[in-house]
Amino acid sequence: MSASLSVTGFSREFTTPDGPLLAVSDVDISARPGEFVALVGPSGCGKSTLLRAIAGLDLEHTGSVRVGGEEVSGPSIARGIVFQEPRLLPWLTVAENIGFGLRRRDPARVAELVRLVGLEGFEGAHPHQLSGGMAQRAAIARALAPAPEVLLLDEPFGALDAFTRIRLQEELQSIWADQGVTTVLITHDIDEAVALAQKVVVLSARPGRVAQVLPIDLPYPRDRAGEAFLGLRRTLLAAFDLIHDPAPVRTTR
Amino acid sequence: MTAPAELAAPDTGVRGPARETSPPPRPRKRPAGARRLAGLALPTILLAVWQAASVSGWADPVLLPPPTTVFVTLWQATVDGTLIGHLWASGFRWVTGFLIGGALGVLLGSLTGLSRRAETLLDTTVQMLRTVPFMGLTPLLILWLGLNEAPKITLIALGSFFPLYLNTFAGIRNVDRKLIEVGKVFELNDAALLRRVIIPAALPEVLTGVRYALGVAWLALVIAELMGATSGLGFWLAQGREFVRVDIVLASLLVFSVAGKVVDIIVRHLERHLLSWRDAYAGS
Repeated sequence: MSASLSVTGFSREFTTPDGPLLAVSDVDISARPGEFVALVGPSGCGKSTLLRAIAGLDLEHTGSVRVGGEEVSGPSIARGIVFQEPRLLPWLTVAENIGFGLRRRDPARVAELVRLVGLEGFEGAHPHQLSGGMAQRAAIARALAPAPEVLLLDEPFGALDAFTRIRLQEELQSIWADQGVTTVLITHDIDEAVALAQKVVVLSARPGRVAQVLPIDLPYPRDRAGEAFLGLRRTLLAAFDLIHDPAPVRTTR
Repeated sequence: MTAPAELAAPDTGVRGPARETSPPPRPRKRPAGARRLAGLALPTILLAVWQAASVSGWADPVLLPPPTTVFVTLWQATVDGTLIGHLWASGFRWVTGFLIGGALGVLLGSLTGLSRRAETLLDTTVQMLRTVPFMGLTPLLILWLGLNEAPKITLIALGSFFPLYLNTFAGIRNVDRKLIEVGKVFELNDAALLRRVIIPAALPEVLTGVRYALGVAWLALVIAELMGATSGLGFWLAQGREFVRVDIVLASLLVFSVAGKVVDIIVRHLERHLLSWRDAYAGS
Protein backbone atom coordinates (compact mmCIF):
# COMPACT_ATOMS: atom_id res chain seq x y z
CA MET A 1 0.00 0.00 0.00
CA SER A 2 1.06 3.61 -0.15
CA ALA A 3 4.09 4.63 1.87
CA SER A 4 5.41 7.76 3.50
CA LEU A 5 8.34 9.56 2.00
CA SER A 6 11.03 11.58 3.70
CA VAL A 7 14.04 13.26 2.19
CA THR A 8 16.31 14.89 4.75
CA GLY A 9 19.51 16.88 4.39
CA PHE A 10 19.70 15.96 0.71
CA SER A 11 22.62 17.40 -1.27
CA ARG A 12 23.99 16.33 -4.62
CA GLU A 13 27.22 17.49 -6.21
CA PHE A 14 28.17 16.80 -9.83
CA THR A 15 31.70 16.78 -11.12
CA THR A 16 32.06 18.89 -14.24
CA PRO A 17 35.14 19.85 -16.27
CA ASP A 18 35.04 23.20 -14.45
CA GLY A 19 35.11 21.57 -11.03
CA PRO A 20 32.36 20.42 -8.66
CA LEU A 21 28.86 21.78 -9.16
CA LEU A 22 26.40 21.78 -6.29
CA ALA A 23 23.03 20.96 -7.88
CA VAL A 24 20.92 20.43 -4.77
CA SER A 25 21.75 21.74 -1.34
CA ASP A 26 20.31 20.55 1.98
CA VAL A 27 16.77 19.80 0.88
CA ASP A 28 14.11 18.37 3.19
CA ILE A 29 10.87 17.01 1.74
CA SER A 30 8.23 14.85 3.33
CA ALA A 31 5.00 13.24 2.22
CA ARG A 32 2.40 11.36 4.25
CA PRO A 33 1.17 8.04 2.90
CA GLY A 34 -1.20 8.80 0.05
CA GLU A 35 -0.24 12.46 -0.17
CA PHE A 36 0.18 14.28 -3.48
CA VAL A 37 3.27 16.50 -3.39
CA ALA A 38 4.46 18.70 -6.24
CA LEU A 39 8.03 19.95 -6.56
CA VAL A 40 8.09 23.16 -8.53
CA GLY A 41 11.12 25.03 -9.67
CA PRO A 42 12.92 26.56 -12.62
CA SER A 43 15.18 24.42 -14.77
CA GLY A 44 18.47 23.71 -13.06
CA CYS A 45 17.01 23.54 -9.56
CA GLY A 46 17.73 19.82 -9.30
CA LYS A 47 14.11 18.63 -9.39
CA SER A 48 14.90 15.67 -11.58
CA THR A 49 18.00 14.90 -9.50
CA LEU A 50 15.78 14.61 -6.45
CA LEU A 51 13.29 12.39 -8.24
CA ARG A 52 16.02 10.11 -9.60
CA ALA A 53 17.35 9.75 -6.06
CA ILE A 54 13.90 8.83 -4.74
CA ALA A 55 13.56 6.31 -7.60
CA GLY A 56 16.90 4.81 -6.57
CA LEU A 57 18.50 5.55 -9.94
CA ASP A 58 21.05 7.90 -8.36
CA LEU A 59 22.70 7.03 -5.06
CA GLU A 60 25.61 9.47 -5.21
CA HIS A 61 24.08 11.95 -2.80
CA THR A 62 24.43 12.92 0.82
CA GLY A 63 21.52 12.98 3.24
CA SER A 64 18.85 10.35 3.48
CA VAL A 65 15.96 9.30 1.26
CA ARG A 66 13.44 7.08 3.01
CA VAL A 67 10.33 5.47 1.61
CA GLY A 68 8.08 3.80 4.15
CA GLY A 69 10.85 4.33 6.71
CA GLU A 70 13.41 2.38 4.69
CA GLU A 71 16.48 3.95 3.12
CA VAL A 72 16.38 3.80 -0.69
CA SER A 73 19.31 1.70 -1.92
CA GLY A 74 18.39 1.13 -5.56
CA PRO A 75 15.51 0.97 -8.03
CA SER A 76 12.46 -0.95 -6.86
CA ILE A 77 9.12 -1.88 -8.37
CA ALA A 78 7.65 -0.48 -5.15
CA ARG A 79 8.39 2.95 -6.63
CA GLY A 80 6.77 3.55 -10.01
CA ILE A 81 8.24 6.26 -12.21
CA VAL A 82 6.93 8.12 -15.23
CA PHE A 83 9.55 10.00 -17.20
CA GLN A 84 9.13 13.11 -19.29
CA GLU A 85 9.21 10.91 -22.40
CA PRO A 86 6.89 7.89 -22.32
CA ARG A 87 9.87 5.50 -22.77
CA LEU A 88 7.64 2.71 -23.99
CA LEU A 89 9.45 -0.25 -25.52
CA PRO A 90 8.75 0.21 -29.23
CA TRP A 91 8.65 -3.52 -30.05
CA LEU A 92 5.91 -4.23 -27.49
CA THR A 93 2.21 -3.49 -27.85
CA VAL A 94 0.43 -1.12 -25.49
CA ALA A 95 -0.84 -4.05 -23.40
CA GLU A 96 2.61 -5.67 -23.30
CA ASN A 97 4.19 -2.37 -22.28
CA ILE A 98 1.67 -1.91 -19.48
CA GLY A 99 2.37 -5.42 -18.24
CA PHE A 100 6.16 -5.00 -18.57
CA GLY A 101 6.79 -4.57 -14.84
CA LEU A 102 4.54 -7.40 -13.70
CA ARG A 103 6.37 -10.40 -12.28
CA ARG A 104 3.92 -12.81 -13.89
CA ARG A 105 1.62 -12.47 -16.88
CA ASP A 106 -1.59 -10.99 -15.59
CA PRO A 107 -4.03 -10.10 -18.39
CA ALA A 108 -6.75 -9.14 -15.91
CA ARG A 109 -4.50 -6.57 -14.22
CA VAL A 110 -3.42 -5.21 -17.61
CA ALA A 111 -7.02 -4.91 -18.77
CA GLU A 112 -7.87 -3.09 -15.53
CA LEU A 113 -5.08 -0.57 -16.13
CA VAL A 114 -5.99 -0.13 -19.79
CA ARG A 115 -9.46 0.85 -18.58
CA LEU A 116 -8.02 3.06 -15.82
CA VAL A 117 -6.09 5.19 -18.31
CA GLY A 118 -8.73 5.02 -21.03
CA LEU A 119 -6.77 3.13 -23.68
CA GLU A 120 -9.50 0.60 -24.52
CA GLY A 121 -9.22 -0.46 -28.16
CA PHE A 122 -5.52 0.33 -28.34
CA GLU A 123 -4.18 -2.69 -26.46
CA GLY A 124 -2.65 -4.16 -29.61
CA ALA A 125 -1.23 -0.91 -31.01
CA HIS A 126 2.50 -0.25 -31.06
CA PRO A 127 3.93 2.90 -29.42
CA HIS A 128 4.70 4.62 -32.74
CA GLN A 129 0.99 4.51 -33.54
CA LEU A 130 0.05 6.49 -30.43
CA SER A 131 -0.19 10.22 -29.89
CA GLY A 132 1.99 11.79 -27.21
CA GLY A 133 -0.89 11.91 -24.73
CA MET A 134 -1.85 8.29 -25.29
CA ALA A 135 1.76 7.13 -24.97
CA GLN A 136 2.07 8.97 -21.66
CA ARG A 137 -1.18 7.34 -20.48
CA ALA A 138 0.34 3.97 -21.25
CA ALA A 139 3.49 4.97 -19.34
CA ILE A 140 1.41 5.93 -16.30
CA ALA A 141 -0.41 2.59 -16.48
CA ARG A 142 2.91 0.75 -16.74
CA ALA A 143 4.23 2.52 -13.63
CA LEU A 144 1.05 1.68 -11.71
CA ALA A 145 0.85 -1.96 -12.82
CA PRO A 146 2.92 -3.49 -9.98
CA ALA A 147 0.84 -1.43 -7.48
CA PRO A 148 3.73 0.75 -6.24
CA GLU A 149 3.83 2.43 -2.84
CA VAL A 150 5.00 5.67 -4.40
CA LEU A 151 4.36 7.11 -7.85
CA LEU A 152 7.07 9.45 -9.16
CA LEU A 153 6.34 11.71 -12.11
CA ASP A 154 9.13 13.67 -13.79
CA GLU A 155 7.45 16.47 -15.77
CA PRO A 156 5.19 13.88 -17.35
CA PHE A 157 3.06 16.31 -19.35
CA GLY A 158 5.80 18.78 -20.29
CA ALA A 159 5.85 17.77 -23.95
CA LEU A 160 2.07 17.77 -24.48
CA ASP A 161 -0.15 20.49 -25.93
CA ALA A 162 -2.16 22.60 -23.48
CA PHE A 163 -5.52 20.83 -23.97
CA THR A 164 -4.12 17.32 -23.73
CA ARG A 165 -2.11 18.40 -20.71
CA ILE A 166 -5.13 19.66 -18.78
CA ARG A 167 -7.12 16.54 -19.65
CA LEU A 168 -4.29 14.28 -18.51
CA GLN A 169 -3.86 16.30 -15.31
CA GLU A 170 -7.52 15.67 -14.53
CA GLU A 171 -7.11 11.99 -15.29
CA LEU A 172 -4.00 11.78 -13.11
CA GLN A 173 -5.92 13.42 -10.29
CA SER A 174 -8.73 10.86 -10.50
CA ILE A 175 -6.25 7.98 -10.82
CA TRP A 176 -4.47 9.23 -7.70
CA ALA A 177 -7.77 9.59 -5.83
CA ASP A 178 -8.71 6.09 -6.95
CA GLN A 179 -5.43 4.33 -6.18
CA GLY A 180 -4.46 6.33 -3.09
CA VAL A 181 -0.79 6.09 -3.97
CA THR A 182 1.73 8.58 -2.53
CA THR A 183 2.59 10.76 -5.50
CA VAL A 184 5.53 13.08 -6.16
CA LEU A 185 5.15 15.27 -9.22
CA ILE A 186 8.03 17.25 -10.64
CA THR A 187 6.90 20.17 -12.73
CA HIS A 188 7.76 23.65 -13.87
CA ASP A 189 4.10 24.35 -14.54
CA ILE A 190 2.65 26.35 -11.64
CA ASP A 191 -0.96 25.68 -12.72
CA GLU A 192 -0.27 21.97 -12.80
CA ALA A 193 1.08 22.04 -9.25
CA VAL A 194 -1.84 24.10 -7.93
CA ALA A 195 -4.41 21.95 -9.74
CA LEU A 196 -3.09 18.63 -8.46
CA ALA A 197 -1.03 18.83 -5.30
CA GLN A 198 -1.94 18.85 -1.63
CA LYS A 199 1.46 20.34 -0.95
CA VAL A 200 3.67 22.36 -3.25
CA VAL A 201 7.39 22.50 -2.53
CA VAL A 202 9.03 25.48 -4.21
CA LEU A 203 12.67 25.00 -5.11
CA SER A 204 15.09 27.80 -5.89
CA ALA A 205 17.61 27.51 -8.70
CA ARG A 206 21.27 26.45 -8.57
CA PRO A 207 21.82 25.09 -6.08
CA GLY A 208 18.31 23.77 -5.51
CA ARG A 209 17.00 24.69 -2.06
CA VAL A 210 13.52 24.58 -0.59
CA ALA A 211 12.31 28.17 -0.85
CA GLN A 212 8.77 27.60 0.33
CA VAL A 213 6.29 24.88 1.23
CA LEU A 214 2.71 25.69 0.30
CA PRO A 215 -0.11 23.46 1.55
CA ILE A 216 -3.16 23.48 -0.69
CA ASP A 217 -6.45 22.61 0.89
CA LEU A 218 -8.87 22.99 -2.01
CA PRO A 219 -11.37 20.25 -2.90
CA TYR A 220 -10.91 18.25 -6.10
CA PRO A 221 -11.51 18.71 -8.97
CA ARG A 222 -10.21 22.22 -8.62
CA ASP A 223 -11.73 25.20 -10.38
CA ARG A 224 -8.85 26.62 -12.35
CA ALA A 225 -10.59 29.96 -12.75
CA GLY A 226 -11.73 30.24 -9.12
CA GLU A 227 -10.67 32.93 -6.68
CA ALA A 228 -8.76 30.56 -4.39
CA PHE A 229 -6.92 28.91 -7.28
CA LEU A 230 -5.84 32.26 -8.71
CA GLY A 231 -4.69 33.42 -5.27
CA LEU A 232 -2.45 30.37 -4.88
CA ARG A 233 -1.20 30.82 -8.39
CA ARG A 234 -0.29 34.40 -7.54
CA THR A 235 1.52 33.25 -4.42
CA LEU A 236 3.62 30.81 -6.41
CA LEU A 237 4.35 33.31 -9.15
CA ALA A 238 5.49 35.72 -6.44
CA ALA A 239 7.76 33.02 -5.05
CA PHE A 240 9.56 33.00 -8.42
CA ASP A 241 9.61 36.83 -8.66
CA LEU A 242 7.30 36.66 -11.63
CA ILE A 243 4.79 39.25 -10.38
CA HIS A 244 5.59 42.85 -11.01
CA ASP A 245 2.46 44.69 -9.84
CA PRO A 246 2.04 45.99 -6.29
CA ALA A 247 -1.07 43.89 -5.47
CA PRO A 248 -0.98 42.36 -1.99
CA VAL A 249 0.48 38.86 -1.97
CA ARG A 250 -0.57 36.13 0.42
CA THR A 251 2.34 34.04 1.60
CA THR A 252 2.40 31.09 3.91
CA ARG A 253 6.08 31.05 4.42
CA MET B 1 -4.69 -1.71 -4.73
CA THR B 2 -7.36 -2.60 -7.24
CA ALA B 3 -9.48 -0.09 -9.08
CA PRO B 4 -13.24 -0.29 -8.65
CA ALA B 5 -14.90 -0.90 -11.96
CA GLU B 6 -17.01 2.24 -11.83
CA LEU B 7 -13.93 4.42 -11.54
CA ALA B 8 -12.09 2.52 -14.18
CA ALA B 9 -14.81 3.04 -16.77
CA PRO B 10 -14.49 6.15 -18.96
CA ASP B 11 -16.61 8.65 -17.11
CA THR B 12 -16.41 12.27 -18.09
CA GLY B 13 -16.87 12.32 -21.82
CA VAL B 14 -13.71 14.34 -22.29
CA ARG B 15 -11.78 11.18 -21.55
CA GLY B 16 -11.11 8.56 -24.19
CA PRO B 17 -8.28 8.44 -26.64
CA ALA B 18 -10.58 8.19 -29.65
CA ARG B 19 -10.89 11.95 -29.64
CA GLU B 20 -7.17 12.40 -29.56
CA THR B 21 -6.26 10.46 -32.69
CA SER B 22 -7.87 8.23 -35.24
CA PRO B 23 -7.29 4.45 -34.94
CA PRO B 24 -3.74 3.30 -35.70
CA PRO B 25 -2.92 3.36 -39.41
CA ARG B 26 -1.57 0.29 -41.19
CA PRO B 27 2.19 0.39 -40.78
CA ARG B 28 3.34 -0.08 -44.36
CA LYS B 29 1.84 -0.43 -47.80
CA ARG B 30 2.82 -3.47 -49.83
CA PRO B 31 4.34 -2.71 -53.21
CA ALA B 32 1.71 -3.06 -55.91
CA GLY B 33 1.94 -5.93 -58.40
CA ALA B 34 2.38 -3.43 -61.20
CA ARG B 35 5.49 -2.01 -59.56
CA ARG B 36 6.97 -5.47 -59.20
CA LEU B 37 6.38 -6.17 -62.89
CA ALA B 38 7.96 -2.83 -63.81
CA GLY B 39 11.17 -4.05 -62.20
CA LEU B 40 11.28 -6.94 -64.70
CA ALA B 41 11.10 -4.70 -67.78
CA LEU B 42 14.81 -3.95 -68.05
CA PRO B 43 16.03 -7.57 -67.63
CA THR B 44 13.51 -8.70 -70.29
CA ILE B 45 14.81 -6.14 -72.79
CA LEU B 46 18.42 -7.12 -72.06
CA LEU B 47 17.62 -10.80 -72.60
CA ALA B 48 15.95 -10.02 -75.92
CA VAL B 49 18.94 -7.99 -77.13
CA TRP B 50 21.32 -10.75 -76.02
CA GLN B 51 19.30 -13.43 -77.83
CA ALA B 52 19.21 -11.34 -81.01
CA ALA B 53 22.95 -10.64 -80.87
CA SER B 54 23.88 -14.34 -80.51
CA VAL B 55 21.42 -15.70 -83.04
CA SER B 56 22.25 -13.08 -85.69
CA GLY B 57 25.92 -14.00 -85.44
CA TRP B 58 26.87 -10.50 -84.35
CA ALA B 59 28.37 -12.08 -81.21
CA ASP B 60 30.46 -15.31 -81.30
CA PRO B 61 28.01 -18.03 -80.15
CA VAL B 62 30.89 -19.94 -78.52
CA LEU B 63 31.88 -17.01 -76.31
CA LEU B 64 28.33 -15.73 -75.91
CA PRO B 65 25.76 -18.48 -76.40
CA PRO B 66 22.18 -17.24 -76.62
CA PRO B 67 19.97 -17.33 -73.51
CA THR B 68 18.01 -20.24 -74.97
CA THR B 69 21.16 -22.43 -75.01
CA VAL B 70 21.87 -21.43 -71.41
CA PHE B 71 18.35 -22.40 -70.38
CA VAL B 72 18.60 -25.73 -72.22
CA THR B 73 21.89 -26.47 -70.41
CA LEU B 74 20.24 -25.53 -67.14
CA TRP B 75 17.26 -27.75 -67.91
CA GLN B 76 19.48 -30.73 -68.74
CA ALA B 77 21.50 -30.24 -65.56
CA THR B 78 18.27 -30.12 -63.60
CA VAL B 79 16.90 -33.26 -65.19
CA ASP B 80 20.08 -35.37 -64.85
CA GLY B 81 20.55 -34.31 -61.24
CA THR B 82 23.93 -32.55 -61.56
CA LEU B 83 22.42 -29.20 -60.61
CA ILE B 84 20.80 -30.53 -57.45
CA GLY B 85 24.07 -32.21 -56.50
CA HIS B 86 26.03 -28.97 -56.95
CA LEU B 87 23.36 -26.90 -55.20
CA TRP B 88 23.37 -29.31 -52.28
CA ALA B 89 27.18 -29.26 -51.95
CA SER B 90 27.32 -25.46 -52.15
CA GLY B 91 24.33 -24.96 -49.87
CA PHE B 92 25.84 -27.21 -47.24
CA ARG B 93 29.16 -25.28 -47.23
CA TRP B 94 27.41 -21.96 -47.27
CA VAL B 95 24.98 -22.72 -44.43
CA THR B 96 27.63 -24.43 -42.28
CA GLY B 97 30.16 -21.64 -42.79
CA PHE B 98 27.59 -18.94 -42.19
CA LEU B 99 26.27 -20.60 -39.04
CA ILE B 100 29.73 -21.08 -37.55
CA GLY B 101 31.04 -17.62 -38.47
CA GLY B 102 27.76 -15.85 -37.77
CA ALA B 103 27.31 -17.48 -34.37
CA LEU B 104 30.85 -16.57 -33.38
CA GLY B 105 30.30 -13.02 -34.65
CA VAL B 106 27.10 -12.57 -32.65
CA LEU B 107 28.70 -14.15 -29.59
CA LEU B 108 31.88 -12.06 -29.62
CA GLY B 109 29.99 -8.93 -30.70
CA SER B 110 27.60 -9.36 -27.75
CA LEU B 111 30.51 -9.90 -25.42
CA THR B 112 32.39 -6.77 -26.47
CA GLY B 113 29.13 -4.81 -26.73
CA LEU B 114 27.99 -5.70 -23.24
CA SER B 115 31.30 -5.61 -21.39
CA ARG B 116 33.81 -2.79 -21.47
CA ARG B 117 36.47 -5.19 -20.25
CA ALA B 118 35.83 -7.61 -23.12
CA GLU B 119 35.95 -4.65 -25.50
CA THR B 120 39.41 -3.53 -24.39
CA LEU B 121 40.59 -7.12 -24.43
CA LEU B 122 39.21 -8.23 -27.81
CA ASP B 123 38.11 -5.36 -29.99
CA THR B 124 41.56 -4.13 -31.07
CA THR B 125 42.51 -7.63 -32.19
CA VAL B 126 39.29 -8.16 -34.11
CA GLN B 127 39.57 -4.76 -35.78
CA MET B 128 43.16 -5.57 -36.82
CA LEU B 129 42.14 -8.93 -38.28
CA ARG B 130 39.27 -7.23 -40.06
CA THR B 131 41.68 -5.25 -42.23
CA VAL B 132 43.19 -8.48 -43.58
CA PRO B 133 41.39 -9.23 -46.86
CA PHE B 134 39.92 -12.58 -45.88
CA MET B 135 39.86 -13.88 -49.44
CA GLY B 136 43.61 -13.44 -49.52
CA LEU B 137 43.78 -16.10 -46.84
CA THR B 138 42.64 -18.78 -49.31
CA PRO B 139 46.14 -20.08 -50.19
CA LEU B 140 47.07 -20.15 -46.54
CA LEU B 141 43.94 -22.05 -45.60
CA ILE B 142 44.55 -24.61 -48.34
CA LEU B 143 48.14 -25.08 -47.17
CA TRP B 144 47.09 -25.47 -43.56
CA LEU B 145 43.84 -27.37 -43.90
CA GLY B 146 44.23 -29.24 -47.18
CA LEU B 147 41.81 -29.45 -50.06
CA ASN B 148 38.79 -30.89 -48.26
CA GLU B 149 35.76 -29.08 -46.85
CA ALA B 150 37.60 -27.46 -43.94
CA PRO B 151 39.32 -24.55 -45.75
CA LYS B 152 36.15 -23.73 -47.71
CA ILE B 153 33.92 -23.64 -44.64
CA THR B 154 36.57 -21.67 -42.74
CA LEU B 155 36.73 -19.06 -45.49
CA ILE B 156 32.94 -18.70 -45.54
CA ALA B 157 32.85 -18.52 -41.75
CA LEU B 158 35.49 -15.77 -41.80
CA GLY B 159 33.44 -13.80 -44.29
CA SER B 160 30.29 -14.10 -42.16
CA PHE B 161 32.02 -13.36 -38.89
CA PHE B 162 32.97 -9.71 -39.32
CA PRO B 163 29.67 -8.21 -40.50
CA LEU B 164 27.85 -9.90 -37.64
CA TYR B 165 30.50 -9.01 -35.10
CA LEU B 166 30.42 -5.34 -36.09
CA ASN B 167 26.65 -5.05 -36.33
CA THR B 168 25.98 -6.88 -33.09
CA PHE B 169 28.49 -4.66 -31.28
CA ALA B 170 27.01 -1.49 -32.79
CA GLY B 171 23.45 -2.71 -32.21
CA ILE B 172 24.09 -3.21 -28.52
CA ARG B 173 25.97 0.03 -28.09
CA ASN B 174 23.17 1.94 -29.81
CA VAL B 175 20.48 0.72 -27.42
CA ASP B 176 18.80 3.75 -25.87
CA ARG B 177 20.15 4.22 -22.35
CA LYS B 178 16.72 5.45 -21.33
CA LEU B 179 15.17 2.10 -22.16
CA ILE B 180 17.85 0.34 -20.12
CA GLU B 181 16.83 2.60 -17.25
CA VAL B 182 13.21 1.48 -17.65
CA GLY B 183 14.41 -2.10 -17.24
CA LYS B 184 16.35 -1.13 -14.12
CA VAL B 185 13.34 0.67 -12.63
CA PHE B 186 11.38 -2.58 -12.91
CA GLU B 187 14.22 -4.46 -11.20
CA LEU B 188 15.15 -6.65 -14.17
CA ASN B 189 18.30 -8.66 -13.51
CA ASP B 190 21.09 -8.74 -16.11
CA ALA B 191 19.69 -11.78 -17.93
CA ALA B 192 16.17 -10.34 -18.10
CA LEU B 193 17.52 -6.96 -19.19
CA LEU B 194 19.38 -8.68 -22.00
CA ARG B 195 16.41 -10.77 -23.09
CA ARG B 196 13.66 -8.18 -22.71
CA VAL B 197 15.39 -4.92 -23.61
CA ILE B 198 18.85 -5.22 -25.16
CA ILE B 199 18.27 -8.07 -27.63
CA PRO B 200 15.02 -6.72 -29.11
CA ALA B 201 16.50 -3.22 -29.29
CA ALA B 202 19.65 -4.44 -31.05
CA LEU B 203 17.78 -6.80 -33.38
CA PRO B 204 17.38 -4.42 -36.35
CA GLU B 205 21.12 -3.90 -36.65
CA VAL B 206 21.88 -7.59 -36.11
CA LEU B 207 19.47 -8.51 -38.92
CA THR B 208 21.15 -6.01 -41.23
CA GLY B 209 24.37 -7.80 -40.31
CA VAL B 210 22.78 -11.16 -41.15
CA ARG B 211 21.82 -10.00 -44.63
CA TYR B 212 25.22 -8.52 -45.26
CA ALA B 213 27.00 -11.59 -43.89
CA LEU B 214 24.94 -13.91 -46.09
CA GLY B 215 26.04 -11.88 -49.11
CA VAL B 216 29.71 -12.01 -48.14
CA ALA B 217 29.42 -15.74 -47.40
CA TRP B 218 28.01 -16.27 -50.88
CA LEU B 219 31.03 -14.48 -52.35
CA ALA B 220 33.40 -16.51 -50.20
CA LEU B 221 31.67 -19.67 -51.41
CA VAL B 222 32.45 -18.90 -55.05
CA ILE B 223 36.09 -18.15 -54.27
CA ALA B 224 36.45 -21.29 -52.14
CA GLU B 225 34.94 -23.53 -54.78
CA LEU B 226 36.91 -22.01 -57.64
CA MET B 227 40.16 -22.67 -55.77
CA GLY B 228 39.64 -26.39 -55.79
CA ALA B 229 36.57 -28.49 -55.34
CA THR B 230 35.01 -31.62 -56.74
CA SER B 231 31.43 -30.50 -56.33
CA GLY B 232 29.40 -27.37 -55.94
CA LEU B 233 28.26 -24.51 -58.13
CA GLY B 234 31.74 -22.98 -58.17
CA PHE B 235 33.17 -26.31 -59.32
CA TRP B 236 30.55 -26.45 -62.07
CA LEU B 237 31.54 -22.94 -63.11
CA ALA B 238 35.24 -23.90 -63.17
CA GLN B 239 34.37 -26.94 -65.31
CA GLY B 240 32.56 -24.71 -67.77
CA ARG B 241 35.63 -22.51 -68.03
CA GLU B 242 37.98 -25.47 -68.56
CA PHE B 243 35.91 -26.99 -71.35
CA VAL B 244 35.09 -23.58 -72.82
CA ARG B 245 31.41 -24.21 -72.16
CA VAL B 246 30.33 -20.62 -71.69
CA ASP B 247 26.72 -21.82 -71.40
CA ILE B 248 27.68 -23.74 -68.25
CA VAL B 249 29.53 -20.73 -66.87
CA LEU B 250 26.50 -18.54 -67.48
CA ALA B 251 24.07 -21.15 -66.14
CA SER B 252 26.02 -21.52 -62.90
CA LEU B 253 26.23 -17.74 -62.50
CA LEU B 254 22.48 -17.57 -63.03
CA VAL B 255 21.90 -20.20 -60.34
CA PHE B 256 24.24 -18.31 -58.03
CA SER B 257 22.34 -15.08 -58.43
CA VAL B 258 18.85 -16.61 -58.24
CA ALA B 259 19.72 -18.61 -55.11
CA GLY B 260 21.26 -15.51 -53.53
CA LYS B 261 18.15 -13.50 -54.35
CA VAL B 262 15.83 -16.17 -52.94
CA VAL B 263 17.73 -16.19 -49.65
CA ASP B 264 17.70 -12.40 -49.54
CA ILE B 265 13.92 -12.39 -50.01
CA ILE B 266 13.52 -14.91 -47.21
CA VAL B 267 15.65 -12.79 -44.85
CA ARG B 268 13.81 -9.63 -45.85
CA HIS B 269 10.48 -11.27 -45.02
CA LEU B 270 11.89 -12.44 -41.71
CA GLU B 271 13.08 -8.90 -41.05
CA ARG B 272 9.70 -7.40 -41.91
CA HIS B 273 7.98 -9.92 -39.67
CA LEU B 274 10.33 -9.44 -36.71
CA LEU B 275 10.61 -5.66 -37.01
CA SER B 276 7.00 -4.78 -37.82
CA TRP B 277 7.00 -2.52 -34.75
CA ARG B 278 9.44 -0.10 -36.30
CA ASP B 279 8.31 3.29 -37.47
CA ALA B 280 11.01 3.68 -40.07
CA TYR B 281 11.04 5.52 -43.35
CA ALA B 282 10.06 3.03 -46.04
CA GLY B 283 11.03 5.16 -49.03
CA SER B 284 8.78 7.40 -51.08
